[in-house]
Formats: sequence, structure tokens, C-alpha cells
Amino acid sequence: MASESHASEGATGYIIHHLTPLSAGEGFWTLHLDTLFFSAVLGGLFVWFFKNAAEKATSGVPGLVQNFAEMLIEFVDTQVKDSFHGHSKLIAPLALTIFCWVFLWNFMDMFPVDLLPSIGSLMGIEYLRSVPSTDLNATFAMSISVFFLIIFYSIKIKGPIGFAKELMFQPFGPWLLPFNLLLKLVEEIAKPISLALRLFGNLYAGELIFILIALLPWYIQPVLSFPWAIFHILIITLQAFIFMVLTVVYLSMAHEDH
Amino acid sequence: MSINATLIGQMITFALLVWFTMKYIWPPLFDSLEERKKKIADGLAAAERGHEEIILAEKKAKSVLKEAKSQSAEIVTLAQKRANEIVEESKENAKKEGERLILAAKAQIEQERQQAKEGLRKEVASLALRAAEQILGAEIDQGKHQDIISKVSNQLG
Repeated sequence: MASESHASEGATGYIIHHLTPLSAGEGFWTLHLDTLFFSAVLGGLFVWFFKNAAEKATSGVPGLVQNFAEMLIEFVDTQVKDSFHGHSKLIAPLALTIFCWVFLWNFMDMFPVDLLPSIGSLMGIEYLRSVPSTDLNATFAMSISVFFLIIFYSIKIKGPIGFAKELMFQPFGPWLLPFNLLLKLVEEIAKPISLALRLFGNLYAGELIFILIALLPWYIQPVLSFPWAIFHILIITLQAFIFMVLTVVYLSMAHEDH
Repeated sequence: MSINATLIGQMITFALLVWFTMKYIWPPLFDSLEERKKKIADGLAAAERGHEEIILAEKKAKSVLKEAKSQSAEIVTLAQKRANEIVEESKENAKKEGERLILAAKAQIEQERQQAKEGLRKEVASLALRAAEQILGAEIDQGKHQDIISKVSNQLG
């Protein structure tokens, strides 16, 4: 449908149109309104669902909502307990939030590529990119937050001097101090970058493939998009899971005193 | 595709979500899970205990039953013994009573015999006296002839 309306711009125009965010502002102060809107709505959905379950939480026979929420809580708690051995009130809720929020972001990819942009264009919105995880800002916002937490906990647990020592004297001892420092800095900085780029790359590529499939004749589309959608169910869950587990692992590394 | 202020907005949203989850979502759900875990563990332990108690009670019941059986057997033997004793005793009593009755009857018979003898003796004496009166034709003074009469009556006895 939309492919016809963009026929004049050709396939490239269609693709670019789909990957252009709805933005406001200039330069650095540009805001991707669609990313902000969808992630806020999905975050609200997550919070609403779990708040609902939490309010009715009972140690007796759980209802359907509570059952599902508890299943997720149990799942996240198992993951956290497997890799994190300290005591923290933050890490398990953080992991739950990351898993659910990222999953919901990614799930937006399961909607037909033209559905939300078409509704948007009916409402007079020219550009609409509905999957927040195809926006680097969203993935980096999360991974940089995690990075701050890693730094915070490293300093809190090991002390500023302990953390500085770890940066300078490991892994090769005090004689190779500059080399150690460089290695450690790269290691630390690689964490948020790899977290953000992995999620972004997977989802961006997935979305791109859906868009390319949408460009094909209608009788070929189901043959390709059906298996890809099924495969994508695995990818979106896996990516949410990886983000969560790596966050927990990084934070537990920050808690470990060498 | 550039990094811009959206990043800051997303970070704020993320922080709010994490804070909310930490404060209002995780604790109640997790607590209810833990509580249910404890409840189930308690329930299982109670069931186990109940099972053990049943086994114990069964054992106890068996031993009580056994004791009761042996006691009742004992009581039955005692009762039989007692019954035999009573039978023996009553037999003895009956025998004694019979003997006593026989003795009493014998004594009475003896007594009656004596009485009859006495009566007859007296009768015979008076008959003899009357006969002697007839023979002698005179009256015999009882006072005078007392020794003769008693001699006769002694001869009669």
C-alpha cells in the first residue's frame, strides 16, 4: 500500500522514509519524538502490567496476571542469582526492567512495517519509526546508564583508590602501568558500546529485511516474511535476554574485589 | 542516525522505570513469591509430619489392640477358672447340705423311733398293769408297786 504512494521516489526512497525518525529540533537538541513516544508508552505498559500484578499480589493461589508476572520475576531472579553473588536491591529490578522494556521495544518490530507509519500519515505525521531499538539513542541511553552504574558500583565497592588501582595495576602489574590503563579503559568503554550496538544492529537489520520484503511483489511477501517473522520472535527475545544478562554480569564484575 | 538529545530523554525514562520497578513492583511480587515458597515448604513438612504421625498412631493402635486381646484372653481364662471353682464349691456345698439333711433326717427318725418306743412301752406297761389287775382281781396301788412296774417296763424295753 505505502509502496505505491512512494513509487515516485523508488525503492531507496521507501526504505529511507521508513528509517527516518520523526524529529523536532536542531543539531544536538534534536528529539526523536517517535522513539521517545513509543518507548514511554511501552514503558508505561510494562509498569502498568506489573503494578497491576503487584497490587493484587498474594501468597495464596495467584491469578493469571500475577502468574505471568511471577514467571518473569522468577526467570529474572534465577538469571541474577546465577551470575551475581552479592546483595543488591537494585540489580534484580534493573534486570527485570531492561528485559521487559527491551523486549517490548523489539516487539514493535513484529507489527507490519507499513501499519503504524500509515496510521501516522493518516493523522498527518510524515515520518514514523515505531521500533525504539532501531534508534541508537535508545540503545545507547540504556547502555550508558548501565555504564554509569558499573562505574558507580566499582567505586562504591572497591573505593576510589581500589578502583584506580584496578585500572592501573591489572592485569600485568605496576611495571606496565600505561599499558594496563589503556587496556582497562578500552575494556570498560567497550561494554556500553557493544551492548548498545549489538541490540541496535540486530533490530535495525531485522527491520531493514522486513522493509525489503515489503518491497517485493505481494505474492512472494508471505513466503519470506512469515519465516523471518518467526525467526525474529527468537531474535527479539534473545536480544532482550542478552542485554539483561550482560548487564547483570558487568555489574557483578563491578562488585567483585580482586 | 546521529546521537542527540533523545539520548537524554531516554535515559530519564529509563531511570524512572528502574526506580518505579525497584520501589513498587519488585518487592511485593518477590515477597509474595517467597511467602508462597515458605507456605508450600511448610505444607509439605506438615504433610510429612502427618504421615509419620499416622504410622506412629497405627503402630500404637496395633500394640493397644494386642494388649487388649491378651488381656481379654486372660480375663476369659480367669473367668473360666472362677466358674469351675464356683461349680466345685457349689457341688461341695450341695454334698454337705445333703449330708446334713440326711443326718437331720436320721436324727429325727431316731427321735421318733424313741418316742414310739416310749409310747409303746408305756402302752405295754399300762396293758400289763391292766392285765395284772384283771388277773389279781384287785387294784394295784401304783405307789406301792412302783418298783415292780418299772422293773417290768424295763424288761419290756
